[in-house]
Amino acid sequence: MMIEILVSACLVISGIFGLVGSFGLLKLPDPMMRLHAPTKATTLGVGGALVASMLYMHFINGNFSFHELMITLFLFLTAPVTGNFIAKTHLHLNHKASDLPPTSTDRPWATYESDAMREKIEAEEDASAT
Amino acid sequence: MIEYALLFAFSCYGLALLMNIYRIIQSPGPGDRILALDTLVINAIALLALFGILEGTTVYFEASMIIAMTGFISTVSFTRFMLRGDIIE
Repeated sequence: MMIEILVSACLVISGIFGLVGSFGLLKLPDPMMRLHAPTKATTLGVGGALVASMLYMHFINGNFSFHELMITLFLFLTAPVTGNFIAKTHLHLNHKASDLPPTSTDRPWATYESDAMREKIEAEEDASAT
Repeated sequence: MIEYALLFAFSCYGLALLMNIYRIIQSPGPGDRILALDTLVINAIALLALFGILEGTTVYFEASMIIAMTGFISTVSFTRFMLRGDIIE
């Protein structure tokens, strides 16, 4: 009985978080705000569903497996990477380098630094270090 | 009790998938479209996990693992393409 309550609670929490994550994608006004809703809430939603499935398989079906933990770990590792890439895409499509505040060093923001500029600056730093 | 909770979670994720599809079709920019596709993949993984509970089998976890990997790779390559105009340099 206790396990049923636990599994049901995990399922309901997971469903609510999945719905809120996707609803935030529609509702929030700014691209960077929209990035926040799904990458955080949906990962927690999937985590709840996988924990519920793990509890159900172990206590009610009687076969324990680690696969769910692997999926959760994989999603937790990849969610920040995809979030960072999508944020960079937003930044490059919607803003110019001149819109951003100054960095107070002689180098620009790292995302806007071109490969040639970075190689030149790093070669100068190597030359001054030796 | 688990049946009703499962039904609730299924309907939540179904609604979430519909919202994502709406966002893919009508979106303010390509960045939002990529984000909606990424969310669609994650919701599909959750739906597969729920379907595994409904059927009482563990065979769907391999499928959801592969879908998770494919989703990650496709999101990264979409964004690389938007940033550089090239996926493998």
